[in-house]
Amino acid sequence: MNRNLFLGAVLTSVFLLAALISFVWTPYDYAGLDIANKLRSPSLAHPMGTDHFGRDILSMIMVGARTSIAVALVAVGIGMGVGVPLGLWAAARRGSLVDEVIMRGNDLVFAFPAIVIAILITAVFGAGAINAIIAIGIFNIPVFARITRGAALSLWQREFIMAARVAGKSAARISFEHILPNVANLLIVQGTIQFSLGILAEAGLSYVGLGAQPPVPSWGRMLADAQTMVSIAPHMALMPGFAIILTVLGLNLMGDGLRDLLDPRLRVART
Amino acid sequence: MTLLDVSNLSLSIHGLRILDGVTFSVAPGEIVAVTGESGSGKSMTALAAMQLLPKGAKTTGHIMLGDDDLAQMDEAALCGMRGNDIGMVFQEPMTALNPVQSIGRQVAETIRVHEPSVSRVEAEARAADTLTRVGLPQDHFPLSRYPHELSGGQRQRVVIAIAIALRPRLLIADEPTTALDVTTQAQILALLTRLAREDGMGLLMITHDLAVVADMADRIIVMRKGQIVEQGETQALLHNMQHPYTKMLFDASRHEVNLPAPPAPKPLLEVKGVCRDYHLPRKTLFGAPGTFRAVDNLSFTLNRGERLGLVGESGCGKSTLTRAILGLEPVQEGSITVDGQPVFTGTQPNLAVRRKMQVVFQDPFGSFNPRHRVDRLVTEPFHLLDNPPQGAERSRAIDEALTAVGLRPADARKYIHEFSGGQRQRIAIARALIIRPELILFDEAVSALDVSVRAQILDLLADLCSHYDLTYLFISHDLSVVRTVTDRVLVMQSGKIVEAGETAQVFDAPQHAYTKSLIAAAPVLPDLPQPVG
Amino acid sequence: MIIFFFLARETARGLWTLSSVPPNLRAMLRYALKRFLSLLISLAVASLVIFMVIEVAPGDPASFMLGLNAQPETLAALRSELGLDQSRPERYLEWVGGMLQGDFGTSYTYRTPVTEMIGDRLWVSVPLALYALFLSVVVAFPAGIYAASRRGRAGDVGVMGATQLGVAVPNFWFAMILVLIFSINLRWFSAGGFVGWDKGLFAGLHALTLPAIALALPQAAILARVMRSALLDVLGEDFMRTARAKGLTARQALWRHGLRNALIPVLTIIGLQFSFLLAGSIIIEQVFYLPGLGRLVFQSISARDLIVVESVVMLLVFSVILVNFLVDLAYAAVDPRLRART
Repeated sequence: MNRNLFLGAVLTSVFLLAALISFVWTPYDYAGLDIANKLRSPSLAHPMGTDHFGRDILSMIMVGARTSIAVALVAVGIGMGVGVPLGLWAAARRGSLVDEVIMRGNDLVFAFPAIVIAILITAVFGAGAINAIIAIGIFNIPVFARITRGAALSLWQREFIMAARVAGKSAARISFEHILPNVANLLIVQGTIQFSLGILAEAGLSYVGLGAQPPVPSWGRMLADAQTMVSIAPHMALMPGFAIILTVLGLNLMGDGLRDLLDPRLRVART
Repeated sequence: MTLLDVSNLSLSIHGLRILDGVTFSVAPGEIVAVTGESGSGKSMTALAAMQLLPKGAKTTGHIMLGDDDLAQMDEAALCGMRGNDIGMVFQEPMTALNPVQSIGRQVAETIRVHEPSVSRVEAEARAADTLTRVGLPQDHFPLSRYPHELSGGQRQRVVIAIAIALRPRLLIADEPTTALDVTTQAQILALLTRLAREDGMGLLMITHDLAVVADMADRIIVMRKGQIVEQGETQALLHNMQHPYTKMLFDASRHEVNLPAPPAPKPLLEVKGVCRDYHLPRKTLFGAPGTFRAVDNLSFTLNRGERLGLVGESGCGKSTLTRAILGLEPVQEGSITVDGQPVFTGTQPNLAVRRKMQVVFQDPFGSFNPRHRVDRLVTEPFHLLDNPPQGAERSRAIDEALTAVGLRPADARKYIHEFSGGQRQRIAIARALIIRPELILFDEAVSALDVSVRAQILDLLADLCSHYDLTYLFISHDLSVVRTVTDRVLVMQSGKIVEAGETAQVFDAPQHAYTKSLIAAAPVLPDLPQPVG
Repeated sequence: MIIFFFLARETARGLWTLSSVPPNLRAMLRYALKRFLSLLISLAVASLVIFMVIEVAPGDPASFMLGLNAQPETLAALRSELGLDQSRPERYLEWVGGMLQGDFGTSYTYRTPVTEMIGDRLWVSVPLALYALFLSVVVAFPAGIYAASRRGRAGDVGVMGATQLGVAVPNFWFAMILVLIFSINLRWFSAGGFVGWDKGLFAGLHALTLPAIALALPQAAILARVMRSALLDVLGEDFMRTARAKGLTARQALWRHGLRNALIPVLTIIGLQFSFLLAGSIIIEQVFYLPGLGRLVFQSISARDLIVVESVVMLLVFSVILVNFLVDLAYAAVDPRLRART
């Protein structure tokens, strides 16, 4: 277990735990208004201070973690679930119409940044966490499709794949029996990276009001609220910011650590 | 006065001993060959002479080039020597050149780095001269050409041009022709010899190919596991080998196997008038895509129990033919039948027919899924059977296959990376044998192996022939190997078979011009009587 | 500091060699034509997609825009204004035709031609994205090169650590912090708003500087990592060894041979970056109260002004596709193999 992986796993678990614990307990009610105590700096009673409505920021962060993690997780799930099979399919049918269509489709979706997709969807269907998930998820699809296709294409050239073809296996069977396990490591690493990007994207969307709506708390929206108060109560902006930074950092470190962990073994197996 | 004098060179990388007390010398105009199997340290010796060693390398000893000790020089001085006094040519010509720079610029750079006062125009003129010297005249190969527009042999000439542009005193060539075709290899070796003699340049040649060594070198150095086991003047050494390893090496290179006599001819595989075309990418936006005919009206018959060889250089279409026979690619015209039944029905491969064929590939490292265990790998062909053996029967089949190739049943539980190259090829042969196919295709199956390992695999083949009555098609570019393991041989060029006949006959008395050039180009180990004792 | 200037000079020199290589003109033109065709097709399909999504709006777009309590006459008027009585293909062609002539329709909420509304704001959003791209490249290239040349040592570890952090920072949060430090405390920049280009280029850029820095930070971090890894990959290639065997020092080999080859994967990322930067600039405008496309589109979403939303989205997508086209051309300038493949 290398240093990156360890550190990353620790950081990520902190927030994962915070999110899970928030289902059963938070220090204060995250929606509880307490105007008398508004805009308090961090103290023993409120380790992260309170916002302009007197709500405890720590509690809001814990519940907000739920939103961020849920949105990012499902979005990655969509990206992988649709993107990976598409990538495998395109690689198996390289040069054919299917491949062309999938590649062009990828390029097309890449032309629409996640925020733009979100804008389109929310303009039509209204704002909300589900739409944020769909928007980020849709953008993840070509990411995974492209990576899977690239890795699969180089694997198809390898002789052990030809051996499988000589054994009479169909392209679909080969894709799942031989190709997929050999790209799995790459996908795991990319998955953690996309997860971290998903958290950033969700924060951005909530910041402009396109993500989870009140009363569901979200880190991005906390930052939007904090904006006007940033000079008098900087902690309101700093706390959610740190939460985002640390979660994303944790995930990226985990991704790096996983890559170091999984790649050398692959390389040994290939010598 | 020696040009290069290496004394007591020892090298370790991150504590691992690579070279141990290596001592030899090269005189001006002399061609010295360093040979050995993989892991012998021969490439490292070459890199040590250039001081281009990887990080973590520690050398002791002296590498004297004239009066300078390369092992003691600092990096700046070494940069002054490289390209100027010593040139180096590497193994892989396809990746040795910068793909985004023209060849003229890359050759001229050698000149401009060491003689900064030279103008660009003059450097380019000199580069043009050098390129002409190595056989790339400007009318066919202008300076503005890019590497991707050249073939492997042509790229290697460019690399040589880069190395000799300033007429260095010493040229080091690390397996310069291993990745090239036989005929191209002959040309490049002739070029190197000519340059060495013309310029009075010492040539230090690293190669594993003993036939090349015997042909070309003035002196031979044999290395094993980082040490020199024997060295001496070529003819003297060949006639009087002292060290048992040297003897083993040369014997293995000359190794011949005795195959049991083939039975009376009864056709098994019949290829009739096969044509295979590939579409080329469009040249213009709306023009029709061109076609490239990889296999052109090709016919031959392989009889049961016969061992047929197929030789040809890269690009002749033998890989395409192999895939067509295996049913992996459809053909545009003609038919391929095994025991009378076609390999393809319509566009679908005929599984019943595929069951009768198996293949052993070239790359012992790439032919297996690194994540599966040997038992799973070896039984992959069971997929072709209607009732693949299960349970105890399956284990028995695995054990039998592994023992037949000289491995142990316990090896079935291991992962493929735990085996050496030779052992992996054995496993590949086991995989090919396990469903008792009627025909096995060996696609360059021993080309990637060390000489001694190759000899063992050839012995294994002969053994299997006598036990199992094998019929195989042995595809290779290595003429000496084909000579010993086949009864008949086909010679392929540009998608056609230009000559066919009994192996001994084709090799001793070739009819077709191409076959003649092929055999002439292939370096041959002389048959030498050894002194008794 | 000296190292930084040296690196900057070398980068400039490296980029200059790029331009001094004369590409085979005919091959380039053929390639450019093919990419241009690709661009047109992408634009057409994108416009179709945008149109279809808006069409999928549940119910009648007119009542969607006007709300539940609208009068039937107003509804009918809006419907005919929107051309809803025509068939879908007709409406699509009209919309596309209009766009090609520069007519994006009329905003329902503001009753002004969308073209006018977009015009001014485009001049804020696009320069901002380009400014951020410039900053990100100027910081990332030397950083990535430096890290690659000091692989494994303190310099590399430092750069990697900094980029790890940079990647994790949300750009709009960073913007807030910048405002806190530089506008509110130090008063070097105004806290928001845009003075307009008519006050001069420098004044305009000054107003865009903080937002551009905020946008550029995470992108620079990503780009630096990509540059580093692309260089490290290239450093392991065979032709680098040939370069050393010629007598080039490690540094010379890196600059003259490694860099241009490493640029190829880096260019892909820069193309992608522009789309992220444009997306990011939309969000950043909220922090700085910049009158760009972002504010416009979000206001329009709240106001349910589908015409404006449609047009802005189309414009954003168009810029991304255009930048990718330019990147493709740059590819061919750098890598001669692409020109041959057409």
